[in-house]
Amino acid sequence: MKRKVLSMMLAVSMVAALSGCAGGSGSTSGSNTSDASSVSASSASDTTADSASASVSAESEAADSADVMTYDEYMTADLDTEVTIQAYVQAKQSWWEDEGQGKATVYAQDKNGAYFLYDMACAEEDYDLLTQGTKIQVTGYKSEWSGEVEIIDGSFEIIEGDEYIAPPLDVTNMLGTDDLINYQNQFVEFKGLTVEPANPDSGDTTTAFLYNYDGSGSEGDDLYFNASYNGQTYTFVIESYLCDSSTEVYSAVKNLQVGQTIDMEGFLYWYEGVNPHITSVTVVE
Amino acid sequence: MKKLRKVLAILFAAVLCLPILSGCHGRQEQAAFTVPEEFDTSRDYEITFWAKNDTNKIQTEIYRQAIEGFQELYPNITVNLRLYTDYGDIYNDVITNISTNTTPNVCITYPDHIATYLTGDNVVVPLDELMENDRYGLSGSDLLFDGPKESEIVPQFLEECMIGNHYYALPYMRSTEACYINKTYVEELGYTLPDTLTWDFIWEVSEAATQKNADGTYMLNGQEVMIPFIYKSTDNMMIQMLRQLDAGYSTNSGEVQIFNDTTENILYTIADHAATGAFSTFKISGYPANFLNAGQCVFAIDSTAGATWMGCDAPLVDISQDAITQFETEVMPIPQYDPENPKMISQGPSLCIFNKEDPQEVLASWLFTQYLLTNQVQIAYSETEGYVPVTLAAQESDEYQDYLSRAGEDNNTYYDVKIKAAEILLEHADDTFVTPVFNGSASLRNAAGELIEDVTKSVRRNETVDQAYMENLYSNVTSLYHLDENSALSGQPADLGPLPVTAKILLGALVGVWILILLYLAVSKLRK
Repeated sequence: MKRKVLSMMLAVSMVAALSGCAGGSGSTSGSNTSDASSVSASSASDTTADSASASVSAESEAADSADVMTYDEYMTADLDTEVTIQAYVQAKQSWWEDEGQGKATVYAQDKNGAYFLYDMACAEEDYDLLTQGTKIQVTGYKSEWSGEVEIIDGSFEIIEGDEYIAPPLDVTNMLGTDDLINYQNQFVEFKGLTVEPANPDSGDTTTAFLYNYDGSGSEGDDLYFNASYNGQTYTFVIESYLCDSSTEVYSAVKNLQVGQTIDMEGFLYWYEGVNPHITSVTVVE
Repeated sequence: MKKLRKVLAILFAAVLCLPILSGCHGRQEQAAFTVPEEFDTSRDYEITFWAKNDTNKIQTEIYRQAIEGFQELYPNITVNLRLYTDYGDIYNDVITNISTNTTPNVCITYPDHIATYLTGDNVVVPLDELMENDRYGLSGSDLLFDGPKESEIVPQFLEECMIGNHYYALPYMRSTEACYINKTYVEELGYTLPDTLTWDFIWEVSEAATQKNADGTYMLNGQEVMIPFIYKSTDNMMIQMLRQLDAGYSTNSGEVQIFNDTTENILYTIADHAATGAFSTFKISGYPANFLNAGQCVFAIDSTAGATWMGCDAPLVDISQDAITQFETEVMPIPQYDPENPKMISQGPSLCIFNKEDPQEVLASWLFTQYLLTNQVQIAYSETEGYVPVTLAAQESDEYQDYLSRAGEDNNTYYDVKIKAAEILLEHADDTFVTPVFNGSASLRNAAGELIEDVTKSVRRNETVDQAYMENLYSNVTSLYHLDENSALSGQPADLGPLPVTAKILLGALVGVWILILLYLAVSKLRK
């Protein structure tokens, strides 16, 4: 009898203690240090996730919510002004979590022009929804970084309805012309270029690509290679965030031989001049 | 190059994940390292070295040569090199690998990062005993190379590697920041460079450079683009300004002091000059070197370790040759508030060693780490950029002195801007400082830069920067970088305030239950 009562009292004591643990999460000031930190961190994270989550709207609803610019209006807008555009996702470059907030970098385009959406607020689950052709409305600030015109500090919503996948625009004949910048960020193609040595200044006439611009990198880093057209040589890049070392194009460039004739597709990125981010390479000769 | 922006962001994110990572539930605890009596040369060892280069193939070649030279001396040790171009990437990968016990053996790092690694037990090897070991320590009797004595490592550089009461790293290279100046433009504007740059001088000249022609081009360069003053690392900018003004940043134990009136005044000044277009940052506009070399900038502040990109004759360029303008480049220490009492940051890579189950493997790592401090490696690597060797033995060697004396002989090895940048640190070693290292110091550093970036962006977007703005900014940055979680930063117990009512009731109930138990036992005994 005594042991039974004693056991019961101990059990009551333990239950009381356990219930205290369960109820503790509602109290921050009475928790220990690590509890206080975790409550704070998760609260911040929850708030951020909510704000970063993209909504899905019908086209008319989205258009009503802001003054959507045409591509021409966007291009004439001053830098550092707030802009709202609608466009279709063409490719996703990267997603990562920055300060607890997901951020996505995306190439988007419509029939009139293209946009580079840098570090756009985007929850990880929403990033999966940004499939090629998806229509989105983006609000952010027009900016320019080393010649690349882009939208930064942006947020987006998905617009249900039509899809659009841009066909590659052949800009081969525009290489080396002032006109090329008018197609910045568009999905383009280059046809019939000849692979040139990647590091001609070194006297190496056989190496067709470099890891990083000067060969200082290694597997997984950006690939740089040269190709010529009409006697002029241009540099092209496999941007490793856009196309990592597991992609076909990464392997294709590693297998290039100087002198081969190639066709390429990619996005017309800009860094202190044209700096195409190539997404496919086909050896034609 | 643009990738650096993302890498920086990832670094911030990793720092903020610190409280989660510190749990490291999946990681098996390792025993503390003890120095073996003798290095077992009958066995083969394979160690990994995660190294950082400045996207500079000469540096990667020096790493490879160093490994080759070391392996000739120690053929039983194979060193596998993994190259990075950014500290942030190394930091992220180390954090990831701590949880799986797959850290590298030797790693280029910053003390701020080591403070984070130390949140796991016995992850990083304290070097005190290794350094003092008679046989394998610094200048030890059994070393197969001529390594530096402890007294031959520049004392303040070595001191920077002490966290708490232990050395957790050895310095590898050191740099500071320098102001790279288009002297031609300064003089065209009617100014003469002073002996010591001051903030007032830089702001005044920068404002003068914003004057435009009727057609919208800038008077100074006739171009449509001119950013008179551009700063690469805004965290360094804020940190150095605060130190020069003897204002608060943090205590050694991690108490955050950055949100003070001096900071606010600095931000108002920056906002004023960002509003006129006199000032911008790397994150907002691009690399300072590119603007400087294109004649679109008067003052570019960047690391001395970026000197090979600076100036119209720079050996490394990132813009087309036809965009480069001709001008005279001057290199000076960063601007000061008190020219008589200059202060500038000390920075640069250090080397840490990660603990392993096999103490012999750790000893092999230690031997390689020391080898990287030999004269041949130190001098060769320092010459690739505006770095300074961390040993007095290298600095005072005939070879290095000869190198310094030949500034300007060519625009490559002896590029004068690079050598002048290195000389700034050599001449001002006693004027350098580092910020306190503690768990969370990397977050605070990022927050310091964020304040400047946010203010600059806001004025460019025509937002009002006033008292209300500042209060909101402080609040947002505090929250974003978790700076109000003092205990997480400093490791000090926080004042959690009085117990809540529910906790008091719970504790009271527990006491009551135990009293009843004891009473019952006492009564039962009495009845017996």
